[in-house]
Amino acid sequence: MKLLELRHLSTHYVSARGARVTRAVDDVSLTVGEGETLGIVGESGSGKTTLALSLLRLLPPAARIVSGEIWFEGEDLLTKSHREMRRVRGKRIAMILQDPLASLNPLFTVGDQVAEPLRVHEGASRGSAWARARELLRAVRIAAPETRVREYPHQLSGGMRQRIVGAIAISCGPRLLIADEPTTSLDLTIQAQYLQLLRDLQRDRGLSMIFITHNLGIVARMCDHVAVMYAGRLVEAGPVARIFSSAAHPYTQALLESIPRMADGRKRLTAIDGQPPDPVALPPGCAFHPRCPKVLDRCRKEAPPEVRVAASHTSRCWLAS
Amino acid sequence: MAGPVVEALHLTKHFPVRGGFLARETAVVRAVDEVSFSIEPGRTLGLVGESGCGKTTTAKLVLLLEQPTAGMIRFEGRDLQTLDRTMLHGYRRSVQAVFQDPFASLNPRMRVDQIIAEPLVTHERLGSGEVAKRVARLLELVGLPDRSADLFPHEFSGGQRQRIAIARSLALSPKLVVLDEPVSALDVSIRAQILNLLRDLQAQLGLSYLFIAHDLAAVAHMSHTIAVMYLGRIVEIGDAATVAATPKHPYTQALFSAALPSHPGEKREEIILAGEVPSPLAPPAGCRFHPRCPHAMERCGREEPTLLREAGRLVACHLYEGVIPARS
Repeated sequence: MKLLELRHLSTHYVSARGARVTRAVDDVSLTVGEGETLGIVGESGSGKTTLALSLLRLLPPAARIVSGEIWFEGEDLLTKSHREMRRVRGKRIAMILQDPLASLNPLFTVGDQVAEPLRVHEGASRGSAWARARELLRAVRIAAPETRVREYPHQLSGGMRQRIVGAIAISCGPRLLIADEPTTSLDLTIQAQYLQLLRDLQRDRGLSMIFITHNLGIVARMCDHVAVMYAGRLVEAGPVARIFSSAAHPYTQALLESIPRMADGRKRLTAIDGQPPDPVALPPGCAFHPRCPKVLDRCRKEAPPEVRVAASHTSRCWLAS
Repeated sequence: MAGPVVEALHLTKHFPVRGGFLARETAVVRAVDEVSFSIEPGRTLGLVGESGCGKTTTAKLVLLLEQPTAGMIRFEGRDLQTLDRTMLHGYRRSVQAVFQDPFASLNPRMRVDQIIAEPLVTHERLGSGEVAKRVARLLELVGLPDRSADLFPHEFSGGQRQRIAIARSLALSPKLVVLDEPVSALDVSIRAQILNLLRDLQAQLGLSYLFIAHDLAAVAHMSHTIAVMYLGRIVEIGDAATVAATPKHPYTQALFSAALPSHPGEKREEIILAGEVPSPLAPPAGCRFHPRCPHAMERCGREEPTLLREAGRLVACHLYEGVIPARS
């Protein structure tokens, strides 16, 4: 069962006088099934965060969704009014951001902030919302929730703050949880705790998740499917085990080879030459061609189409077609 | 040369916390406590641990940016405390640093040649022709084109800026370079370039590195020796491949099991630690790790373990002390 389906979504940033157009997300199609976890990987500027913000229609004013459809639970989110979207955000689709200090309001108690979506979306009374908030804190494994609800964000550690953000995200029983680099600001052992918590919440509540990350290790540990973005395009997508064992796109292959592995000892790494392109001035043809070790003449002129390599495994590369 | 370049012996740094009437000292943060290690010529010591474990304070002590409360640092066999001003000057030239964020560590108002030449101008009396020659050689060494010299830092990408920072650190031909998270601010596809460059420079120039990072796979890849710190103490230190493959201290085991897999098929034991790192203001009595340790015994809350030899490395844990010494 598909919960979310993006069809040919394109989001562009347009400069003040319309002189420059940045194709932050370019013709992206993907699906997320019920209870599934999709990892979206890419480097800075690859468009992965713009993609997530497009889903929630939370884009900055300069950005426009220029084409495509976003089907969620049988409705196209792009046809909804702003008012209707407010009933989707936080209720049916929730989001966790990288920095919990930026997500939480320093002037309100933890209890107020966890109770807020319940009061807004479900019209719960203050008393019952606070009682639910205490349960939610217990669900995200915060010790002594009775005292923590009355505290402020600055009194909590980074790991606890991110768990509070998680409690707010699941408060209204969303179907889809989008997590944008949720553990980047956490220490390793705290990251392991948090990933375990997200997995347990997913299993207990049947959540679908989208993990936005630059870290292939998180994808290996957490995701069923992975979509690799490069310069606004989805260059490869497929089941995690398959992508890690037989990636079809040279960028994915190079990325997997460039990561140091614990068991390799001091073996030399295979580096990718050059650097990610400037999204404002993308190279013609395939955006990866200046760095690609397998570049063909055709790659310099024509952008490759999305090709089906195997069941549910696609790649945008001339070599695959 | 035979001996280590830099040696730390029982290095300790306590920060006083002041407050109350007349800003009296009310507590101390034991940031680094009795830390000992040595770095041989051409070798890399990797320092790992979570925030607050004291790895950055250790780096600052080595860079002489902080004065130790106790213990000593030896440079080529000589105690730094006993060195006179000219010799300390020599030490500062021999120990350089590369920091995490190349957007913060390079002055945006200076051109690249000025940035790289600054240590040369400060430390050596050279003519401008000679300085330009040295800058050109350094740029070549780190793989940047000649014309970079006339540009400003904002004209470069993150990876290239880190190359500029590396070139500056090498200007005075140092013996030891402190690398504090040198790749964590960079894009994933750029990290391998910089790690390879650092390895090449080490082979070419015989540099020693003190490598600090939270990416354990990168540390295992770069280091000859790994030291694991927890709340100001080294809990395990030894050959990098040995420690990475078979960690012995329960904290090292949990840390390496928390490191993310490089492949979805990679099966390993997952040890999820309960709780968080306690405040260094009031570290737990006995072994500092015991409140979170899955193997904690009654004794761990009383006695602090010392580093002892176990399976080819040093471990500070009561689990490996086969015979309990008679108590006096």
